[in-house]
Amino acid sequence: MSSAVSVHVSVNGEAREAEVDPRLLLVHWLRDELGLTGTHVGCDTTNCGACTVHLNGESVKSCTVLAVQADGAEVTTIEGMSGPDGLHPLQAAFREKHGLQCGFCTPGMIMAAADLLNRNPDPTEEEVRHGLEGNLCRCTGYHNIVQAVLTAAESEVRA
Amino acid sequence: MIPAEFDYVRADSVDGALGALAEGGEDAKLLAGGHSLLPLMKLRLAVPTVLVDIGGLDELRGVERENGGWRVGALTTHATLQDTDELGVVARAASLIADQQVRNRGTIGGSLAHGDPASDLPGVLLAFDGSVTARSGGGEREIAAADLFQDYLTTSLGADEVITTVNMPALEGYGWGYEKFTRRAEDWAMVGVVALVKASGGGCEDVRIGLTHMGPTPLRATAAEDALRGGPLDAERIAAAAEHAADGTEPPGDANATPDYKRHLARVLTRRALESAAAGAA
Repeated sequence: MSSAVSVHVSVNGEAREAEVDPRLLLVHWLRDELGLTGTHVGCDTTNCGACTVHLNGESVKSCTVLAVQADGAEVTTIEGMSGPDGLHPLQAAFREKHGLQCGFCTPGMIMAAADLLNRNPDPTEEEVRHGLEGNLCRCTGYHNIVQAVLTAAESEVRA
Repeated sequence: MIPAEFDYVRADSVDGALGALAEGGEDAKLLAGGHSLLPLMKLRLAVPTVLVDIGGLDELRGVERENGGWRVGALTTHATLQDTDELGVVARAASLIADQQVRNRGTIGGSLAHGDPASDLPGVLLAFDGSVTARSGGGEREIAAADLFQDYLTTSLGADEVITTVNMPALEGYGWGYEKFTRRAEDWAMVGVVALVKASGGGCEDVRIGLTHMGPTPLRATAAEDALRGGPLDAERIAAAAEHAADGTEPPGDANATPDYKRHLARVLTRRALESAAAGAA
């Protein structure tokens, strides 16, 4: 085995340290070693976006990031989205607008949508669709997901 | 899918990276954003024994205007390019690469060094007559885009070299157009076309057309350029010039498109890209 590398990562605001095999993928570290199973593995080929998390505030596909590449970074997963007041506005909007059916893609969708709204707080429907191109949903046909993101944007813009 | 085992070196300077690369031998690879390399490693199509991670070298990031041109640090992400409106067609092309998650990680230097003829930025660099600055233990050299792309996934970069900067002329006053045809949203281009046009007095003073995925390397549509340059810049002349966009090309057929269909796409997309560029140049 190649020699282990130490990583220091802030995960959902909590400092975590580990000695990892260089080939360990970030998604496997989060799920298998930290128990954060809200981040899903879908395609495992950088296509579907189910594994999307935030690395220093930007959405990334954690199946295509090595855990060692996250050293010194801040990682946010779906578990870190809800605050003391309950659901994140995107989570609430997905529930209100029926933006999920089986729910497998939902954590990645919400993390991608959060990046989208950080970049563009008041997007058009077309901008939402372009911004979510990296996330596949096999149930909904996307319509209610787009509605949910627009609803969350409205509530944030009003707030 | 899990990559094969490798040793990992985190570089803290370009010189440190060059040293680790030399020490690692022929199976050592540089890791930047990793969005071309890691998928290949997961499929075991690439099996480097050492990865030299240059992702932390902030001195290789950033976009600067210098001497009438752009100097873009090799580690600048596609997301940064897409947000830099002053870059014009470079920003537009970057905004259409894969999806936002990929653009947040993928870098301009990594994409150019990978040399995939289906990627967006190689054709753009070629249309600009841009270059890359590469450093090795032996010093620094500038490689013109026309000399960089040698064959499918093959560039003229040495195994001991690292791209530090990507250089492009600003091309003030040029209008631009970018057209990319894909079957699905986040796909590579079936065919892509970048067009740059400079107008003067209703005529076409200069035109550059770059083609993506029309051969083993990005190409210039020189026959279409020659047909338009020096003449009037109107819809009729643009349409006639675009008919030459695929002249001399031998695009590879694949599951999405036959060679003939790709030539058809090149002609149609060139006309559209030239129309946008001409409108912007007027």
